[in-house]
Amino acid sequence: MSILVNADTTFTVQGITGREAVNLTRECLDYGTGAKIVGGVTPGRLGREVHGVPVFDTVAQAVAHHGQPIDGSVVTVPPAFTKDAVFEAIENGIKIIVIVTERIPRRDVAQMVELASLRGARIIGPNCLGVIVPEVIKMGGIGGPAKDAAKSYKKGSIGVISRSGGMTTEMSSTLSAAGLGISTAVSIGGDAIIGSTYAELMPLFEADEETKGIVIYTEPGGRMEAELARWVTENDSRLPIVAFMAGRFMDEMPGMSFGHAGTIVEGKEDTATEKIARLAEAGITVAEEISAIPEIMKSKLAERSVSA
Amino acid sequence: MRFFEYEAREIVKRAGIPVTDYGFTTDAQEAKEIAARIGGPTVIKSQVLSGGRMKAGGVKFADTPEEAEAHAKDILQLEINGHQPRGILVDPRAEFEQEYYAGVVWDGTRKQPVMIFSPVGGIDIEQVAEEQPDKVGRRHFSNILPFGDFEAKEVIASTGVTGSALNKLVPILTKLAKLFVEKDMTLAEINPLARMADGSFIALDAHMDMENEARGRHKQLLADLGVGDDETREAREPTEFELAGEAVDSQDHRGVAGNVTEFDGNLGLVIGAGGGSLTLFDAVRKYGGNPANYCEIGGNPSVSKAKGLAKLVLSKPGVDKIAVMMSIVSNTRVDIVARGVIAACLELGMDPAEKIAIFRIPGAWEEEGFKILEKYGVEYADRSVSLHEAASRAVEKIQGAAA
Repeated sequence: MSILVNADTTFTVQGITGREAVNLTRECLDYGTGAKIVGGVTPGRLGREVHGVPVFDTVAQAVAHHGQPIDGSVVTVPPAFTKDAVFEAIENGIKIIVIVTERIPRRDVAQMVELASLRGARIIGPNCLGVIVPEVIKMGGIGGPAKDAAKSYKKGSIGVISRSGGMTTEMSSTLSAAGLGISTAVSIGGDAIIGSTYAELMPLFEADEETKGIVIYTEPGGRMEAELARWVTENDSRLPIVAFMAGRFMDEMPGMSFGHAGTIVEGKEDTATEKIARLAEAGITVAEEISAIPEIMKSKLAERSVSA
Repeated sequence: MRFFEYEAREIVKRAGIPVTDYGFTTDAQEAKEIAARIGGPTVIKSQVLSGGRMKAGGVKFADTPEEAEAHAKDILQLEINGHQPRGILVDPRAEFEQEYYAGVVWDGTRKQPVMIFSPVGGIDIEQVAEEQPDKVGRRHFSNILPFGDFEAKEVIASTGVTGSALNKLVPILTKLAKLFVEKDMTLAEINPLARMADGSFIALDAHMDMENEARGRHKQLLADLGVGDDETREAREPTEFELAGEAVDSQDHRGVAGNVTEFDGNLGLVIGAGGGSLTLFDAVRKYGGNPANYCEIGGNPSVSKAKGLAKLVLSKPGVDKIAVMMSIVSNTRVDIVARGVIAACLELGMDPAEKIAIFRIPGAWEEEGFKILEKYGVEYADRSVSLHEAASRAVEKIQGAAA
């Protein structure tokens, strides 16, 4: 099992003829059991093909060609056009949307997220690399070319949720090398407002039998960690969580933004120190370095199996 | 991006919210003329993007135009928390009945804007929320539906305000909500919002922050206000080194090799990507290293961009060595970064093996990259060496070299 996507998930790539999108399409087709990319969309490019995937002017055409609803979409169009592309996907019945695009103003993101929630769709990102189920499917650039992704992601029992795309792979590679492996890894994006937060993905992992523990990568800025801490406390989660917090140096530099757009520290609750304390209160261990995560997770898993 | 008070007032005014008959100037003589035009007592306020203005002597009261001129002269020369004032604002000293608060901010957890209103204004809203929580109303509003008057009524009424004050406040709050949305603000605040003797409301001070990512959509407004494209309005002004970093990054549109921030250490960092850079910077400091800079590489930059960034860091005064480190890359190519940093050393007449303390970038095209590094005798590491281990080796090397 997995969360969000599986071997049968069909999806489209919006903006498929862009340079990065062409690479991403190749990578997804090559990975695992081979992604079912049933069509790509670039307005004005009807009739072309990208690595054998037919290109359409609209999502509606792609759905009509497929003959049944399409499950997902990877959106890689420029920031000024992203909102319209995502609205188009939602209004054509797509239920899981990975937004790769960076630098989208918050107002647009909030509108996309609100429409998605009204229509029962889910957004991952923006400013993210997508979702990967090791040896099965990847939806997005996560892990890179199939042979590189295969090196970093081995099948296993840990769910990974990360605000940084690159660190999703770094942590997953460490967990895979330590023999724990990954059930599903989700790059949730580095912006101030995103479609799916840690706390919003937790119920999915909670319901996934394959997942035995959760590892998160986090940064200063925002209230997402407080929301996770609250969720864990209120829901008596069966899953042990280990977190890694980067950007501790930013505490000394209020008002400056580093790394991702979401990291600007605007209030005391946003700082690394404050977040570490909040996570710890909820029983979430914050590792000092990535390489320490597997051992911490193993001992937490052992504790749980003894008490169970 | 934060606006100065005089700019925020202009934004509020354009939204149709009443403001005082203020004037902005950079000249003491003109301050006198503005005060004369206003007639009666005035307040002279320093225009700086820094808190603690009142305490530092940046706000003064004048009874006559001559007094206004004298205060203006002083305040124009007064540095506040390291900031030179942009100018001064000459404001009528308004006689009001009561101070209120109205503001809109984002709630990242609910993913909607939230309107905040209080009949207790003139002080920090956080303080009111703590001391008189029943006097602070909050209401989230939809990103998709247009903001409705009823929403303003609800938030005002929730604080116990009724009568003509409620009816007069509704259009002001509605305009503020629309301004927040249409102008892509991350904060739009009127404090104090004053009720005058005749029952009307006037914005006496305003605080506006626009989202950086949305600046491109408000070119006309920014041009009208005289805000240049190069004005970052970060917590501190960019240094020459940082501006040079921006120039490197903007030489072409392929990927990122920039976001440079200057520090004063001896270990130059050529690091990436977003999360990797944050992790590595922390790691270098954890092992006692002194970074010369922060930066980010990502999105598969060109060789010349990677080279430009490495050259910039290598030529920074005080830099003994550079560490080239990234979290596992899947888009950026290892060989391209390797080529870039080696070319940077060679072009500066430096030995890559000596100058590059460590190269730790595993991932796409690593075999090709490692081959190049081997040829030049540069110490490199694959994914079996953790980010922290790589950072600690770099620090050891530079401390060994200094000893």
